[in-house]
Amino acid sequence: MKHYISKLLILGIIICLLAACGKESSLEGASGRNDDLSGELTVYTAIEEELIPEYTKSFEELYPNIKLNMVRDSTGIITAKLLSEGKNTKADVVWGLAASSLLALDQKDMLAGYTPKGSEKILTPYKDSEEPAKWVGNTAFMTGVVVNTVELEKMGLEVPKSYEDLLKPEYKDLIVMPHPASSGTGFLTVSAWLQMMEEDKGWKYMEDLHKNVASYTHSGSKPAKLAASGEFPIGISLVYSGVTQKQQGAPVEVILPEEGLGWEVEANALIKKDKDNQQLAKAFLDWAISDEVMKAYYNANGFSTMKNDFSKPDGFPSRVDEKMYKENSLDWAAKHRDAILEKWDSSFGKKAEPKE
Amino acid sequence: MELAKKVNIAGRLSKKKRAVQGKNEQLQTILIIFVILSFMVSLILPLSALFGQALYDREGNFAGLNNFVKYFSTPTLVTSLQHTAYISVMTMFISVGLAFMYAYSLTRTRMIGKSIFRYAALLPLFAPTMMHGIGLMYLFGNQGLITSGFFGFSPGWEIKLYGPIGIIIAETVYTFPQAFLIIYIALQHTDYRLYEAANTLGSGRLKQFLNITLPSAKYGIITSMFVVFTLSFTDYGAPKIVGGQYNVLATDIYKQVVGQQNLSMGATVGVLLMLPALVAFFVDHVSQKKQSMYITSKAMGYKIPGNKGRDLLAFLYCLLITCFIMLLFVAVGVAASVKIWPYNLGFTLDHFKFSSFSGDGLTAYKNSLIAAGITAFVGTIFTFIFAYSIEKIRKKRFLRKLGYLLSIIPLSVPGLVIGISYVFFFSKSELEILGLSVSNPFHFLYGTIAIIVIANILHFYSVAFVTATTALRKLDKEFELASESMGVPFYKTMFTVTIPMCLPAILEIAMFYFVNSMVTISAVVFLYSADFKLAAISIVNMDDAGNISSAAAMSVLIVLTNIVVRLLYEWAVLGLRKRNAEWQK
Repeated sequence: MKHYISKLLILGIIICLLAACGKESSLEGASGRNDDLSGELTVYTAIEEELIPEYTKSFEELYPNIKLNMVRDSTGIITAKLLSEGKNTKADVVWGLAASSLLALDQKDMLAGYTPKGSEKILTPYKDSEEPAKWVGNTAFMTGVVVNTVELEKMGLEVPKSYEDLLKPEYKDLIVMPHPASSGTGFLTVSAWLQMMEEDKGWKYMEDLHKNVASYTHSGSKPAKLAASGEFPIGISLVYSGVTQKQQGAPVEVILPEEGLGWEVEANALIKKDKDNQQLAKAFLDWAISDEVMKAYYNANGFSTMKNDFSKPDGFPSRVDEKMYKENSLDWAAKHRDAILEKWDSSFGKKAEPKE
Repeated sequence: MELAKKVNIAGRLSKKKRAVQGKNEQLQTILIIFVILSFMVSLILPLSALFGQALYDREGNFAGLNNFVKYFSTPTLVTSLQHTAYISVMTMFISVGLAFMYAYSLTRTRMIGKSIFRYAALLPLFAPTMMHGIGLMYLFGNQGLITSGFFGFSPGWEIKLYGPIGIIIAETVYTFPQAFLIIYIALQHTDYRLYEAANTLGSGRLKQFLNITLPSAKYGIITSMFVVFTLSFTDYGAPKIVGGQYNVLATDIYKQVVGQQNLSMGATVGVLLMLPALVAFFVDHVSQKKQSMYITSKAMGYKIPGNKGRDLLAFLYCLLITCFIMLLFVAVGVAASVKIWPYNLGFTLDHFKFSSFSGDGLTAYKNSLIAAGITAFVGTIFTFIFAYSIEKIRKKRFLRKLGYLLSIIPLSVPGLVIGISYVFFFSKSELEILGLSVSNPFHFLYGTIAIIVIANILHFYSVAFVTATTALRKLDKEFELASESMGVPFYKTMFTVTIPMCLPAILEIAMFYFVNSMVTISAVVFLYSADFKLAAISIVNMDDAGNISSAAAMSVLIVLTNIVVRLLYEWAVLGLRKRNAEWQK
């Protein structure tokens, strides 16, 4: 009897542990009822965190029974995560990820072709040229220079007008920009410089700029926020982030550099899976370019991948579309991504020694 | 006839006793084996996976030591090794130096406010290391309170925060309590007879300090130096926030593994991260053995001679340190509740709403409470049972020795290394053993809370284990012997005698697990899954996204929670003491 109790005790402890382990969330549950879609859908996204609830509002109204599991991180991390998880990824769809990252996923055969309803309205440069489409763009994001006018005035410095201006020695240690390996914004900026200035000059430019850069941040929006708080008065950052900081009352201006803006399409794709959760995923992809949410994208980014007559959101600099660098090639960026990042890391990591 | 009857009864009794003993032994053997097996799964196998991975290249071909060769021929990576070493050495001297003076003031002077000073020194333990970085940003950053001279009211004082200076200050704050605790205990254990003898012989204060005080605290100081070195060598949070462009190993390993998916190089850095801790482990082992010879049972406690000037000096020093720590915490509090720093200083609680998505504030906070709670509960049970089996069971000497060794090893495994080796071990659905691939029975744990809890328990296990062992050693072995001779099974003794008597230690262990699980980031940063984010990790995410005020708000929440838990613990222990005191009347 006694030893029976003691064994029970040990068993109990083990069960205790296992029960603690067992609280794993279940991802299945698509019951597949067509008239009334319900279940859970795992969405990987790199969309700016504060925008997500704003966008998904209309989805929740449309499909109240679908629960979205949002996994958000910066572009580089989400891409790396998807690549490493490979076929075992929990993601059902990718929403609002840089198109060049989606191209990299496609090279690993991770994407399924699906042309969502209404994709004919999306302009050609912003969607996959093949049918069925592997990716379709919602909007584009571009980099500008966010400057804190109050701090610059205090220091008696002029507001920079171009990328070339940023090289001036008086801006030393005042500039922050996103790290291209972890941030999509950082990468598109670097890739645009390399294309705009041609490779050799582009690298030379970055070398000169590096002398003025105080820090490379993890995300593309952080430089705007650092500029807003005056911590570092000049941030190479998302135009969108600069605008939001301005709307919240920070003393910043968003400068569109004369040379042109680097940009990247924010696009959606379906993950190739054996498991059948596709119906929900397709419904999501259809919604993701529906008119209502397209309008919301526009309000946030001041740009749309479809022909539109939406009115410019407040505080947004005008002529963004014209300033966008026309010959920007996403294919080129995707193809050279690894090489660019490797070179970047070896040229600028090395110089990050303490400046005594 | 009578005699035969008696012999018979006695025989039957002892047979029953023997049966109980047999069961006892069986159960104890199972327990010991269970202890060893747990370490196999949670420590040995993951670490071997890490070391194994370091020997293979990215494509999975055997590379021998090529990864290390590649590491040392990549200038960027070598630079961060130098950086890390520089940071750690500086932090070690500064932190241990400050902590020594602080502990000295508390043990060897008669200044007032000692207990307040003691708690103040421990305050940084309740906060994640990122918080020290955030506090420093608001004090010494480019728009910091001190940098701008309190908004221009006084001359500003600018230090180059972002880079080595910031990291060293943050690491010093982070390691100060640990160094202080170790030296404090070392200074308490001294033999006053030595000072008496010195006084009789007429040797001066300085000579006494150099020849008695320092040598008697020598091992404490050495240990604390290694602890501080190891902690700052492997810390991820502080360099993340105030590191600027200054790369260190801990941020490298994260970039390699998460950013570039270069697992082999990640493993290589992981192995390097373990080196100082391994050295520390052996030095510590040796120094502890020697330390025990210093104090004999005849030793007398230190009697503090009166000296007003010394007391005042000590008081001012402790006040300065305490003020600095407080200032740091207040700065974070201000950061969390001001509208737009530094342009709109209006008060707001908006940052506590965590309306943004990626940080996922309140859910993450709730998750952290759950994870820390489970860690405290399960961890305490396991630690106590393990310590009990190793300490109180008298059979299977070899296995117990092995168990003891395995229990001490986690002390020298940095959290980052635990995290990354868990990734290597638990993420694989198949294991290769001697060329055979077997499906990994532990793969199902990957991506669950369980793996976070296990990593936390292992990460903090050694200290908790030592606490439990110390408490168990204070109990007389007679309890076990007596119950055994009376045929009472050992678990009964454990529940009715051992556990109630060790309750204060058990509560301390639970609190220790909870507080540490709330603030840790290093072990879990590789392990958390997207649908179970933790508060400490959300601080990093929020800072990454530039939402520094939300990150500050989250830090405040964590600190407050930990202080509440600590107070609950103090209150419970006080209650227990009272009860025990009454019981012993």
